Amino acid sequence: MRYVIIGNSTAGLSAVEAIRSLDKKGEITVISDEPYEAYSRPLITYWLAGKVDDARMHYKGGEFYRNLKVNLTAGKKAVRIDSKKKSALLEDGEEVPYDRLLLATGGTPIVPPLKGGDFLGVFTFTRWDDAKKVREYLTEHKVKDVIVVGGGLIGLKTTEALVELGLKVTVLELADRILSATFDRKASQLMTAYLKDKGVDILTENTAEEIIGEGGMVSGVKLRDGRKLSCGMVVLAIGVKPNISLTEGTGIKTNRGIIVDSRMRTSVPDVYAAGDVAEAHDSLIDASRSIAIWPLAVRGGRIAGVNMAGGSTEYGGGFPMNSVEIHGLPTVSVGITDPKEGGYTITEEYKPQDYVYRKIVSKDGKIRGVIFVGRIDRAGLFTGLIEDGIDVSSIKDHLLQDDFGIIALPKEYLKHNVTGPGVEV
Amino acid sequence: MKKIYAKEAYCIGCRLCEVYCITQHSKSKDIVKAYKVEHQAVPRLFVEESGHVSFAVQCRHCDDAPCIDACITGAMHRNPETHAVLCDEDKCVGCWMCVMVCPYGVINRNTKEKKVASKCDLCAGEDTPVCVANCPNEALVYEEREGEK
Repeated sequence: MRYVIIGNSTAGLSAVEAIRSLDKKGEITVISDEPYEAYSRPLITYWLAGKVDDARMHYKGGEFYRNLKVNLTAGKKAVRIDSKKKSALLEDGEEVPYDRLLLATGGTPIVPPLKGGDFLGVFTFTRWDDAKKVREYLTEHKVKDVIVVGGGLIGLKTTEALVELGLKVTVLELADRILSATFDRKASQLMTAYLKDKGVDILTENTAEEIIGEGGMVSGVKLRDGRKLSCGMVVLAIGVKPNISLTEGTGIKTNRGIIVDSRMRTSVPDVYAAGDVAEAHDSLIDASRSIAIWPLAVRGGRIAGVNMAGGSTEYGGGFPMNSVEIHGLPTVSVGITDPKEGGYTITEEYKPQDYVYRKIVSKDGKIRGVIFVGRIDRAGLFTGLIEDGIDVSSIKDHLLQDDFGIIALPKEYLKHNVTGPGVEV
Repeated sequence: MKKIYAKEAYCIGCRLCEVYCITQHSKSKDIVKAYKVEHQAVPRLFVEESGHVSFAVQCRHCDDAPCIDACITGAMHRNPETHAVLCDEDKCVGCWMCVMVCPYGVINRNTKEKKVASKCDLCAGEDTPVCVANCPNEALVYEEREGEK
């Protein structure tokens, strides 16, 4: 059996581990357009800030490919899939035949068609090479101020790293608040106030209309409101979309991402998809969509790998969750955090002077989402209750108390989940 | 594998387990220094109380550990020999993904020095974890149980 995996990040490697646990002999090839053994994408901002060195970027360790007998083709882009012939074509003309194929191609940054977008000093920030180029440019051009376009997770983690390097950062956000995809208004406001206190300028309902340059290099940005800001670098962090370019001409069905069933199979036989590129089941909204987060990439990759290797397992669904600490302010957001429809109950604790906000969103007695800012301890208790769909009506008044813990959970849930693995209650 | 189990009927909530846990994971391993001078370790277990009911809970070393899946650095891992779920604090960057996904809420944040996730390591190197060894009521036991790996 020949397994080919396109994409060398966590979904792909999780699939490799699953395949190898069931098939010790099959031939596994991982193809990546980046010239590296696997590294952690979420760590690139830590790397830029100097908190993680080159060796630590390789979260799987150096022996991964040898131990699991994986052929790694790194630094070559797969450009086309021939699903009839069952092969992947690489940019240098090499053809890689497969019996089972996994598309774990992740996401690509959305780059708006901006006048001046081709000046030197304009970067996206999702890959290690982006971080390397940014570091080099910062040093070479003695950059002092940076404009980050986009106030989402990537934009703000990049901002954090740049501030730690001593740079002045201005964040431009098209929406009326930062982190609008994962936070509600109060949480966004708290983070805004916190970042402003750290010296970050945040302009909302604004964006770059044009990038201004001198001598081929970026020198500033013309804003939508007509103002001009000068800067030595622009980082575009508007968002990421599933990288589905390889599906062209294959018949693989796509929406925004690649459509998969509960076994992570695409609409074409023997082709699977997992990770940020796939639209898997969101168990909270009962619909399929791409949820670009690490833990679900691991889960989806594993499900794909087991099924590719002849096992049988199904994806039980997932939901969005993010843990993001910026400049020492920890935050966790899980599930439905800012419901637009009615029928939801909100329980909250809000202490803006301490940068503390804790919010629980429930419906029909079950927790559907939480936001924690400033105090995130034991947040996983809530993630577990959301995942398991536990009715918390009987303990709703305890949820935000300081002593909330396993002891307060409904007895039936305790017996089922806690007594088994170890606590006798 | 051998795991730590709590016997709620014998726990009086004295928190000696917490004291010994902090001491064991302090630099000096000396109670007074750990509490009065170093202030560096945080408890890796949680004593929960409600009225007269109490128990201590720490990492369950899950077979299907969500913290390992969520870790972006490779810090959270399973020891291949003991099967214990451990955090390599040198690798950890304190992103708190593990804190977000642990359904038992038993991964602590240590922000005293470098930010790291701090969790039960079964007192690696000790025959019996110190919380178990020092519980005056034997409300914590360390044993292999049937049906548990």
